[in-house]
Amino acid sequence: MARAVTTRKKAAYTALAWAVGLLIFFPILWTFLTSFKPEATAIADPPVFLFFDWTTENYGDVQERSNYARYLVNSIIIAGGSTLLGVLIAIPAAWSMAFVPGSRTKDILLWMLSTKMLPAVGVVYPIYLISRDLGLLDSRIALVFILMLINLPIIVWMLYTYFKEIPVDILEAARMDGASLKNEILYVLTPMAVPGIASTVLLNIILAWNEAFWTLNLTTVNAAPLTAFIASYSSPEGLFFAKLSAASTMAIAPILIMGWFSQKQLVRGLTFGAVK
Amino acid sequence: MKKTIRALLGATALCGLAGASFAESHVTTLTIATVNNGDMVRMQGLTDEFTALHPDIAVEWVTLEENVLRQRVTQDIATNGGQFDVMTIGTYEVPIWGAQGWLVGLDDLPDEWDADDLLPAIAGGLTVDGTLYAAPFYGESSMVMYRTDLMEAAGLEMPDAPSWEFIREAAAAMTDEENEIYGVCLRGKAGWGENMAFLTAMSNSFGARWFDMDWTPQFDSPEWAATIDFYLDLLGTYGPPGAANNGFNENLSLFNQGKCGMWIDATVAASFVTNPDDSVVAESVGFALAPDNGLGKRGNWLWAWSLAVPAGSDSPEAAKTFVAWATSKEYTALVAENEGWANVPPGTRTSLYENPDYLAAAPFAEMMLQSINAADPTNPTIEPVPYTGVQFVAIPEFAGIGTQTGQEFAAALAGQQTAAEALERAQEITEEEMDIAGY
Repeated sequence: MARAVTTRKKAAYTALAWAVGLLIFFPILWTFLTSFKPEATAIADPPVFLFFDWTTENYGDVQERSNYARYLVNSIIIAGGSTLLGVLIAIPAAWSMAFVPGSRTKDILLWMLSTKMLPAVGVVYPIYLISRDLGLLDSRIALVFILMLINLPIIVWMLYTYFKEIPVDILEAARMDGASLKNEILYVLTPMAVPGIASTVLLNIILAWNEAFWTLNLTTVNAAPLTAFIASYSSPEGLFFAKLSAASTMAIAPILIMGWFSQKQLVRGLTFGAVK
Repeated sequence: MKKTIRALLGATALCGLAGASFAESHVTTLTIATVNNGDMVRMQGLTDEFTALHPDIAVEWVTLEENVLRQRVTQDIATNGGQFDVMTIGTYEVPIWGAQGWLVGLDDLPDEWDADDLLPAIAGGLTVDGTLYAAPFYGESSMVMYRTDLMEAAGLEMPDAPSWEFIREAAAAMTDEENEIYGVCLRGKAGWGENMAFLTAMSNSFGARWFDMDWTPQFDSPEWAATIDFYLDLLGTYGPPGAANNGFNENLSLFNQGKCGMWIDATVAASFVTNPDDSVVAESVGFALAPDNGLGKRGNWLWAWSLAVPAGSDSPEAAKTFVAWATSKEYTALVAENEGWANVPPGTRTSLYENPDYLAAAPFAEMMLQSINAADPTNPTIEPVPYTGVQFVAIPEFAGIGTQTGQEFAAALAGQQTAAEALERAQEITEEEMDIAGY
């Protein structure tokens, strides 16, 4: 029997959800509003919320100074490429750990996760030197590989959790019907895990899109993504917050829009298996 | 969902094709790393003028925030990565990198570039063993910026060269906490380029120094105690609340909103605080030299953003051509023609301060020149020291030590410890780091 929820309780929960939602969204909203302010209004104290002289001048200035399209293309290639490559490697890995676990599977999973515990700056010089010697500094290929390796533990873990929810009997039934291993993964497992794979892909694109350590350290011109674009508008000597906000808005807009469109898929995937 | 995946794959492939670039073999492409500030952005805007003069050279810009840029270029030059052909670096890096052999000497720039025209204080900070390793793009010092209206209301008159005691007296007279007007705004945020830049320059005027001739740290000296006591009292009593979080931008914002009576900081701020579009007090700002204690040194610093060619560059000759162009008198004239004399990069050449057009357009020019000339990076303190640098010590360890000691003084300003405790900790930190570094 469903629990009875009073209207008042419902209203209170709704208000609370909105309040939390707005609180989380506020920094983005503030950045967006600041990007339309003149520089002097951007630092006004007390802050001006909505009633100011709206201007698109900051966007004009940013557009004039930087080649936005080049940064955008690099971000798409690096974030998309590293995620797709990661998923291709992680699906077989997660399959084996979920359906044919060995005695050390748990240890391997933990070991993979432990690689995330090393601060990135600890390996910046070895990776910089290797990239230099391979002629891969300022190249998108290097970043695709590095970001793939960085996010691989998360991809494997997420897929492993989703795969564990799929009844092994279904796979066995497919095997009894004579499906090969390839067909089993491709035509039975993958379609059933699509929501999980989709949310893994989306989450990792977001992570790779926002990655600002390696993308700043290993690029100069040709491979520089949108994180470098934002960094070029930050200034410790001079108040250029409105321009910085315009650059930030332009940098996060594509990923934000993608997030909005795939919201349903993302929530479904992330809560997959949460309630048993 | 299949469609979504297909669309994603398709988009990635398309973008890959679109992003493929075609190299032009006969053109040398220079990659120039620079910081994000007004003068540098203007230089980027004039790139076409350079490439018109030199059609065989193309220019790519990498603009980064100052601290990111410093980390990025240091990493590249230390590993001989060869990612940049021209780097924008300051007076802290040049002596260290020049001595390491990481930079290409610039003594062979063309005669018309006129090295003798460079301001001696600036050129001195960029020279190692008689070789110039970077060409100054713009120079800055620090000075007192004050509200002429508040000063008048307080019945005081700011001398051209005030003493620290006068600054305290004026701060007390101008502070009006009820109306959120604070007598003095100073840097309090921890960092070697933040509060320690200010405190190191200030300590010079109190007779203090970082190290004696044997590289022994001197935070236990009475001169440092006097510096820190005065700073904490001045800023703690007459400064804005939360001063321990204020750096350049925070103070600029306070000053522009009319909340500071005086502000002692970089001369580059002069053009911001006198710009009516950004500042509500633009019409009532006066300038004076940084304060002193009558000991022969003033509390002002010296910095020059400069262009240098790393030894790992593939195209050092083309890079030098660019450096010579961007730091020439002709470039100054070009900026004046396009953007007006008030916008030319200041503080590097004697000839600029003899130019009547410039002096008419920049009311702060005279004070700035005097401030720059008053700083001597090769002889920064009253007692002799084994290092160069006015608001820093030009050794590789300084960035780390400066930031750690800066945190101690910021904590003292925030009331978390006493001045004596902060000095004691600073002494310990510096002794330990210098010991590890093998001095």
